[in-house]
Amino acid sequence: MSTFLTRRLATIVPTLLFVSMLVFGLQQLLPGDAALVLAGEDHDPSVVAHLRAKMHLDEALPVRYVYWLGGVLRGDLGESMRMQKPVTALIAEKLPVTIQLAAMAIVIALAIGIPAGIVSAVYKGTAWDYAANAVALWGLSTPNFWLGIMLILLFSVSLGWLPASGYVSPFEDLRANLASMIMPAFVLGNAIAAVLMRHTRSAMLQVLSSDYVRTARAKGLDERVVVLHHALRNALVPIITLGALEFGTLLSGAVLTEQVFTIPGFGKLIVDAVFNRDYAVVQGVVLFTATVYITLNLLADVAYFLVNPRMRS
Amino acid sequence: MATLAFDVLPRETSPGQRALSRLLRRPSAMVGLVVVAAFVGLALAAPLIAPYDPVATSWSAIRKAPSAAHLFGTDELGRDVLSRVIFGARASLLAGVVSVLISLSLGIPVGLLAGYVGRWTDGVISRVTDAMLATPFLILAIALAAFLGPSLTNAMIAIGISATPVFIRLTRAQVLAVKVEDYVEAARAVGNPHWRIALRHILPNVVPPLIVQATLAIAAAVIAEASLSFLGLGQQPPAPSWGSMLNTAKNYVEQAPWMAIWPGLSIFVLVLSFNLLGDGLRDALDPRQA
Amino acid sequence: MTPTPRCALIAAASAFAAMLACAPAGAQTLRIGLAEDPDVLDPTLARTFVGRVVFAALCDKLFDIDEKLTIVPQLATAWEWSSDSKALTIKVRPGVTFHDGEKLDAAAVKFNIERHKTTAGSQRRGELAPVTSVDVVDPMTVRLNLSAPFAPLLAALADRSGMMVSPKAAQAAGDKFGAKPVCSGPFQFVERVAQDRIVVERYPNYWNKGDIHLDKIVYLPIVDSTVRLANLKSGQLDFIERMSPSDVPGLKSDSRFKISKITEIGYQGITINVGNNDYAKKSPLGTDPRVREAFELALDRDGIVQVVMEGQATPGNQWVAPTNPYYAKNMPIPKRDVAKAKELLKQAGVTNPSFTLMTPTTSDAQKIAQVVQSMVKEAGFDVKIQATEFSTSLDLADKQQYEVYVLAWSGRADPDGNLFSFIGCKQPLNNAAYCKQEVDDLLVRSRTARDPAERKKAYEQIAAITLKDRPIVYLYHRDWLWAYTNKLSGLRTVPDGLVRLQGLKFN
Repeated sequence: MSTFLTRRLATIVPTLLFVSMLVFGLQQLLPGDAALVLAGEDHDPSVVAHLRAKMHLDEALPVRYVYWLGGVLRGDLGESMRMQKPVTALIAEKLPVTIQLAAMAIVIALAIGIPAGIVSAVYKGTAWDYAANAVALWGLSTPNFWLGIMLILLFSVSLGWLPASGYVSPFEDLRANLASMIMPAFVLGNAIAAVLMRHTRSAMLQVLSSDYVRTARAKGLDERVVVLHHALRNALVPIITLGALEFGTLLSGAVLTEQVFTIPGFGKLIVDAVFNRDYAVVQGVVLFTATVYITLNLLADVAYFLVNPRMRS
Repeated sequence: MATLAFDVLPRETSPGQRALSRLLRRPSAMVGLVVVAAFVGLALAAPLIAPYDPVATSWSAIRKAPSAAHLFGTDELGRDVLSRVIFGARASLLAGVVSVLISLSLGIPVGLLAGYVGRWTDGVISRVTDAMLATPFLILAIALAAFLGPSLTNAMIAIGISATPVFIRLTRAQVLAVKVEDYVEAARAVGNPHWRIALRHILPNVVPPLIVQATLAIAAAVIAEASLSFLGLGQQPPAPSWGSMLNTAKNYVEQAPWMAIWPGLSIFVLVLSFNLLGDGLRDALDPRQA
Repeated sequence: MTPTPRCALIAAASAFAAMLACAPAGAQTLRIGLAEDPDVLDPTLARTFVGRVVFAALCDKLFDIDEKLTIVPQLATAWEWSSDSKALTIKVRPGVTFHDGEKLDAAAVKFNIERHKTTAGSQRRGELAPVTSVDVVDPMTVRLNLSAPFAPLLAALADRSGMMVSPKAAQAAGDKFGAKPVCSGPFQFVERVAQDRIVVERYPNYWNKGDIHLDKIVYLPIVDSTVRLANLKSGQLDFIERMSPSDVPGLKSDSRFKISKITEIGYQGITINVGNNDYAKKSPLGTDPRVREAFELALDRDGIVQVVMEGQATPGNQWVAPTNPYYAKNMPIPKRDVAKAKELLKQAGVTNPSFTLMTPTTSDAQKIAQVVQSMVKEAGFDVKIQATEFSTSLDLADKQQYEVYVLAWSGRADPDGNLFSFIGCKQPLNNAAYCKQEVDDLLVRSRTARDPAERKKAYEQIAAITLKDRPIVYLYHRDWLWAYTNKLSGLRTVPDGLVRLQGLKFN
């Protein structure tokens, strides 16, 4: 176990290093002069020069990378040139929002995906199978920014049931917070529901044909008990570890959903920063989310390893 | 011993035929296949089917509701929406297929290399792949598309590159599983050079899950193109693509909903079909049912 | 705002939903939807238009402009130019305090001007360049000394350069001042969550408090105009700025809302690279003024305004709108004349000129490009639209690596702000690489003369030259479109597009 763990941990550092190089390169190599973009529409030469100096733009790319990496290792992720605010402060501000959105989306995904996967597996080959499939897949088949706008028109403008956009902190007003998050969480959760459905289905199919379940059936247990109790319990482990891995998909989907619903999370922050050439923000936030993702992966692997005795030898 | 050898020979013909018959018996996959084929036909025959030139503007017919002259209505510059949807199928199908082809052509060789050679090569490739997977897909695609410049071609390249790590990982996992099979050992014992073992013995057995993943990836790529277009990267006007049509239509949702309904519906139907087809293929190619 | 009969209907439909949608916003809180998220809220460093909308509540300035673009007093009560126009003496309004209680006096004004001029990264240096020093004449009188007469100074002091922040707070906060600005406007800063909201509340000791009828303002940046309007319609916002022109007919018929509009001080135009560089030389437009004239004659400005802006704009051919006092009446808008355009092209020896139109990926620019492409085709022009990401296009334009470029300018109250940087030799915004000594001399005359009539004459002479050279083909001036609940009244429509809070109130 400890060798497995140390081997897994040893992979984290080079992976993160590559992430840092990847995101740094992607940002700094974007065409256009960042100083010019951030200097404002007047293109005041003194401002442009000041920004160029501040962002070390006149130095070679590897040198800038070393400056930045040095800062990161000291805990300084740089500053947003546009907001004049440290990236770490921006991350701290947006993190609770993103976490809440992700959590709600996963809950919705589980609520749709797992039942759909169970139905599809248990009634394999029948109309129920295809229906469950369609229900889970339609979320994956619609562009989420599109779905968002349609939902806003229906629930906010026509029916007036939910706020069209914006975010209210749960500590300020829990009801308003849930009202503002339910639509974006639904849009995000939909896409992941399909992935969860597929995995639930295949895990269930695998378990349902196993000796373990055959024994339970032979014992004369009610089919529902067999399914929900025995089969699902065993199928649940890979499903739950999957939730951690979908974090990356969540962040991707959140990019556009947050734009449409004006949720101040990471997604919106990153997209705006890319177009405004606010390098430090993109670099810092992506590095942060990558670290979280890699950690979640590691935890999932460890959990899987612990649960699965065959892997331990 | 003889039976064992037959059991483990690379499956090339009859298992494939068996898989195909399983696929044909699954209605949802068949529906998916038929719809995809229909869209491909539509895209190929676009100049013959479309009633108008998709980029022909008309100042007098701006945002007209669907009528006999314009079955799907017109857009903000007076262009026929139906014609644009038909021609847009080309862009969206291209976006889906070409992106995945790029991913496959980059991912399979690299994954093969990582899985077969192993050790340091595998180490480096796996870490870089992990790094790409740790970066949110859309962020990667946006940065690449912004880097290359807004156009459909660049969007395809951006999506293709961003989707490559999944194929690298999948190929590598399959290669690792197949590498230790007896027939591969046998091939090596006989003295086959490595490249031949990799291409003739390993690769064909790696293909089935890749086909499944590729089909599902096409679905995701069509959505990704729409997403990039929403941000102003991707197919640029006046050339039609469903994604950029949606991007323009979002400003007129209440005044001219038909501008959004038809491209949105088209994306939905096409992507759903690819998803159904992919799921069907996965079931059909599932080795446990062989 | 407060629960309405509509809320009762919703309550009847669903009690739960009613709780969600009709949460009252509190006494006299105005919720404004902005089209973008402002940048840093420090008048010295700020650079976005939308930031100025927030400053209208937070920071008063020495002067203000009114609906006719006339300079009116705000924190300054009176002003006087010296006879040689190289010194401006300003009387500071007594009884004004900053949000932290500190008094506004001549020393504070001096501090602020110097802060604008000396802070690292200050965006105001260009506007205040001619100001060499500031003298405190007496505790409530200050004098700005200039290196040369500079007529646009007053307009600059009616904008961010004239905003006064508390010296004590600025010195204490250093470069973090923008996180918690302490200014002298009717509202004081409460909190800001980036990309989410900016909250300001009434400053009880505002010098003009009689004119302020709101307790709190919440600015909410919502980029998507459809969603912004949806928020207004669903009651979550009371006011939105920059409504999309296509939404106007639909909202007009809704009696719950009002729409106000006014022509902007900016413009939308097409810049042509006419300099001495590769891109200009290989473009037919860049080399021959007759081809440029043919291009302009092939355009139907009314048609462009109709299709692109749904009529919510005023056609124009100069850097200021036809209604502006400095518009050169000697150069009216040319009518479309395709025949003459073809004739000119024949004279120039190019019958099917082809060029690349660099188009930023904003929806307005793309629409203009497509319409222009269609229109000028009739005269024989073959336009290739090159979609370029906005930030990239800025760089390419700056380096003159383009042939023709679709660009809008947000506008400045003084016509100098719309002209000097664009056609003056080697000026920072002169993307066209246009340079004529004659024009430069006239530009200097236009900004040093104090008499408006003299300035107007200079502009007329400039127009006579530059409108023939056509480094920029001006197309139109957009309408600022504000939409708000019919419970609001007292909105002053000023061409700078800002939302002034004085006089604004709920009925």
